[in-house]
Amino acid sequence: MSRETTLSKAVNEAIAEEMRRDPTVFLLGEDVAEAGTPFKVLSGLVEEFGTGRVIDTPISEPGFVGIAVGAAMTGTRPIVDLMFGDFLYLVMDQLCNQAAKSYYMSGGKLNVPMVLRTNMGATRRSAAQHSQSLQALVAHIPGLKVAMPSSAYEAKGLMKTAIRDDNPVVIFEDKLMYQDKAPVPEEEYLIPFGEAAIKREGGDITLIGTSSMVQVALKAAEALSAEGISAEVIDPRTLVPLDEETLVRSVKKTSRAIVIDEGHRNYGVTGEIAARLNERAFYHLDAPVLRFGAMDVPVPFSPALEDLTVPTPEAVAQAARTLCRGELIHAA
Amino acid sequence: MAEAPTHNTEDYLRMYRQMVRIRAFEDTANQLYLSAKMPGLTHMYSGQEAVAVGICAALTDDDRITSTHRGHGHCVAKGGDLKTMFCELLGKAEGYCRGKGGSMHIADQSHGNLGANAIVGGSMGIATGAALTAKLRETGHVAVCFFGDGATAQGLLYEVMNMAALWRLPVIYACENNGYSEYTRTEEIAAGSLTARAEAFGIEAHRVDGQDVLAVNALARDLVERARRGEGPFFVELETYRYHGHHVGDINRDYYRSKDEEAEWKRVRDPIVNFGTWLEAEGIVSADELVAIGEAVKDEAAQAVAHAEAAEYPPGSEVDMHVYKGVDHALAYI
Repeated sequence: MSRETTLSKAVNEAIAEEMRRDPTVFLLGEDVAEAGTPFKVLSGLVEEFGTGRVIDTPISEPGFVGIAVGAAMTGTRPIVDLMFGDFLYLVMDQLCNQAAKSYYMSGGKLNVPMVLRTNMGATRRSAAQHSQSLQALVAHIPGLKVAMPSSAYEAKGLMKTAIRDDNPVVIFEDKLMYQDKAPVPEEEYLIPFGEAAIKREGGDITLIGTSSMVQVALKAAEALSAEGISAEVIDPRTLVPLDEETLVRSVKKTSRAIVIDEGHRNYGVTGEIAARLNERAFYHLDAPVLRFGAMDVPVPFSPALEDLTVPTPEAVAQAARTLCRGELIHAA
Repeated sequence: MAEAPTHNTEDYLRMYRQMVRIRAFEDTANQLYLSAKMPGLTHMYSGQEAVAVGICAALTDDDRITSTHRGHGHCVAKGGDLKTMFCELLGKAEGYCRGKGGSMHIADQSHGNLGANAIVGGSMGIATGAALTAKLRETGHVAVCFFGDGATAQGLLYEVMNMAALWRLPVIYACENNGYSEYTRTEEIAAGSLTARAEAFGIEAHRVDGQDVLAVNALARDLVERARRGEGPFFVELETYRYHGHHVGDINRDYYRSKDEEAEWKRVRDPIVNFGTWLEAEGIVSADELVAIGEAVKDEAAQAVAHAEAAEYPPGSEVDMHVYKGVDHALAYI
């Protein structure tokens, strides 16, 4: 049985279920208790679990992430709420030098079972310091796992898996998707890390999208199908680990691929996936693997400018047409 | 050393022996470096022994500490084994971290040492988090965060002290003020008073002679017990001195401190000599017994380093192990 639930509610349910299941799970972050975060994702949790397990912190991101690392090392499972993904820059030492490396540096003695949930996504008219999609920064660091839910269903299943994982996991939720609904099972389920989901089957081209870019890919696929182009849409669901097998299998079948992620295009997630496809499926490709990402400028405030910086279904569909019709034109 | 004997003889001898073991470990490590047998470099704890030993003698194995780049002393004082430590310094498989951490990352979970840290001030959050676990899980354990005067310039300290005070966490911030922030005098990097920084958060702060193991231990025992009762956090500034440079390669130090100053600290305030003199004066131990302890420790260190030099390096197959718990080899996973 399933019902339609918002992404926000799905995250809330996942955390509540895991907190009921495991008394060592607790929440830590700015305005997570009575306020339930600015996006209200955590509303109601403090009423059920109390201020001892839903802990409001001062505005001290490095401090409370560091505290979560130490708490995780000593027998608890903290879920840290980082209000905006842009604040990742503030916590880089604690996340990347401490949490990510502790298990390795200690030779397998001190693991850090911690979840850092944060967000990403532009077009909320929030300008350059509240709109970034910084998943590539953390996916670059060995020792961290990175999950990118694309719907309420994924958000719940991936969050539950993250909480039970024995390693630090960073989850990026798209802040524009919190009210988006999707069917979510009534019964308990978890989504394993490293298993991509084929969101739409097709034979002519593979569209690989992360988070909200799955919807961009699906809309592009719908437009293409009216023109007789059959696009397969794949959601990797986790960047680390990455389900390379499913991506490679699809590209070997379709011979063409476009990768879409809302992080900046340069040196980003799409480049990594494209490179892996080239390494493993080069002789099956009929065209270069194309990439769509956020324009390589700081995110502008003005709606007239901001809308130009994000991948759109129209742009993805147009690129797919050129690949499928062999019309890719190289500037010479 | 004003205190009258309050411990039993065994406790005193354990503290004395631990200080001597730290000094012997460091002297041996320094020789390893000077004879080019040790990869990388290391930071000597010699001179500061009474701090680590005085505090760790007040803790149980279940109490946690976080350590620093100058961390060998904390590791020994918390119960570390010299052989396993030398193996780690030489990058051998039998080391505390299977050779993956080295001098600056030694962690000994079995004795509650959550690890040295190569980022100055980097472990302040971790120690405070260990105290949060103790409070949430009601374990009655205490966490001690060791850091130097140089680390008081990191903003993280003020973030975590604020939270520790708000939440009344059982953590003791132990600031080892050895007078130098790397190659710079502390008064040039720290405005105002160190203890006043903690007092601003309502944290009870103390200053103690970090060369007097009995004074350090008396204060630590009191604060640890009070922290267990929920009266923490606390802050302690321990006035101490490092005999070597910032690291083993920091040989010519004249431009930031004089040889006379170093000689004076060693002559008048050496923590081991002074404690030995007191033990003798109080009739707790004879001079011969102290010499015997020194000889036994010297043998222990020699055997430990010989073992480490002969020990095996980890096999190459371990290079991508211990990246993720539950994953044997990370390269086949990511």
